[in-house]
Amino acid sequence: MSLITVTAEFGRFALFLGRLVTGIPSTLRRPRLLIEQIHMTGALSLVIIMLSGLFVGMVLGLQGYDLLRRFGSTESLGTAAALGLLRELGPVITALLFAGRAGTAMTSEIGLMLATDQLAAMEMMAVDPVRRICVPRFVGGLLSMPLLAAIFSAIGIYGAQLVGVKLMGVDAGQFWSQMRGAVELRDVLEGVVKSIAFGIACSAIAVYEGYHAVPTAEGVGRATTRTVVTSSVAILAIDYMLTAVLL
Amino acid sequence: MTAQDAVATLEGVGYAVGGRTILAGLDLAIQRGRVTAIMGPSGTGKTTLLRLLTGQLQPSSGRVSVAGFDLSRLNRRDTYALRRRMGMLFQNGALLTDLDVYENVAFPLREHTDLPEPLIRRIVLMKLEAVGLRGAARLMPAELSGGMARRVALARAIVMDPEILIYDEPFAGLDPIALGMVLRLIRDLNQSLGITSIVVSHDVHVIERLADHAVLLSGGGIAAAGSPTELASNPDPAVRQFMSGSAEGPVPFHYPAPDLASDLADGVR
Repeated sequence: MSLITVTAEFGRFALFLGRLVTGIPSTLRRPRLLIEQIHMTGALSLVIIMLSGLFVGMVLGLQGYDLLRRFGSTESLGTAAALGLLRELGPVITALLFAGRAGTAMTSEIGLMLATDQLAAMEMMAVDPVRRICVPRFVGGLLSMPLLAAIFSAIGIYGAQLVGVKLMGVDAGQFWSQMRGAVELRDVLEGVVKSIAFGIACSAIAVYEGYHAVPTAEGVGRATTRTVVTSSVAILAIDYMLTAVLL
Repeated sequence: MTAQDAVATLEGVGYAVGGRTILAGLDLAIQRGRVTAIMGPSGTGKTTLLRLLTGQLQPSSGRVSVAGFDLSRLNRRDTYALRRRMGMLFQNGALLTDLDVYENVAFPLREHTDLPEPLIRRIVLMKLEAVGLRGAARLMPAELSGGMARRVALARAIVMDPEILIYDEPFAGLDPIALGMVLRLIRDLNQSLGITSIVVSHDVHVIERLADHAVLLSGGGIAAAGSPTELASNPDPAVRQFMSGSAEGPVPFHYPAPDLASDLADGVR
């Protein structure tokens, strides 16, 4: 892939993102479309997010306990788990799971609509498919991501407490009080900023890939794969950049 | 025919994709209030022609005008304004798969009007009644046969009462009863409301019954044009071959390939 091709692709993506952003006001005027998409991308991702959050929190509890025990400070487990989840693991893992579940669903749905002439039919009915189909999904994903990340972190902290306090015998009072003392508003905001950035990236990539898929079964399959790969790389790259800025 | 009679004109239109020329120097005028059939062998650019007429494709050369507007000069907003005056029936129906039949037909009304629900319901049920599918209003597209889906798409195409209706292969996959009904409906729409109809079809016999004017495309241009009766009696061997459905004639049935015997022998070696 030449530099020109890559630059052109970035240009196309930027223009498409511009169309998505300029379409937001019209979507906000039709809340039913938006609520539908928040349900599809957010509510239907809840189970996988909650289960993953619980297990990640439990693993964090085990690893954290083992590490802190070496320094004789197991009472800091709550702080370590909360900071890890709120600032990094919550937003990043939620975004990766979102790309795999909701992102692929968006891409394949839009790609199939393209392949079956549904988007062309909308064009012929004088309905802009970007505004009617892509923007509600983009905004739905953008709004769902911080909420899902918050739920992931909350369940994760509960999982860490389950392992640390119930299983390993860390004092519950110290677990919670140390966490409340050490975690600041800026830690929470760091996670919120990251999850909003991931929400923009994942949703935009998913609808872009679907809208520009080659309209065949193979083309839609490839576009879906590209959504996962591109989103995952984008999440990790954005995470590094935001961490460097926000620390 | 005066310029006022033409609702759509193509002047010297060429269209090429991937180095392959589909249309070259095509001149065509679609007359207002008539049923014009576009015919021709597969791959001669019939669907491309429709997409050029609706502004979904831009010609490589020449000019396409619809209702007096040069499509190449229209921005997105004006193109959409023009398309509200047009309806198109896609080859596969192109129904929105997440909406049921009723909502599919109601879709343009909900998008473009603020009509109260009782009025929308009345219009949708009348259009569905016209295509014989009022009883299927609550079925999902996946529950419809190909022919039924196309009839629903026809109901959706006429729900905004367009001035121009474009049909891409409207008769494929219809049983004789549905075909007769759709045929009558297209004619009725044309005669009672004065809708201009442009129909792409391979079905010579149906076009003979339906069209006022027929255009036969071949080799990127117009091979013959006239009333279906004139086309049927056209002495040109290529036109005769198409109208009679014969494999023998100047229009090759086979895609260009090396000799069959040598091709088979290559596989053995």
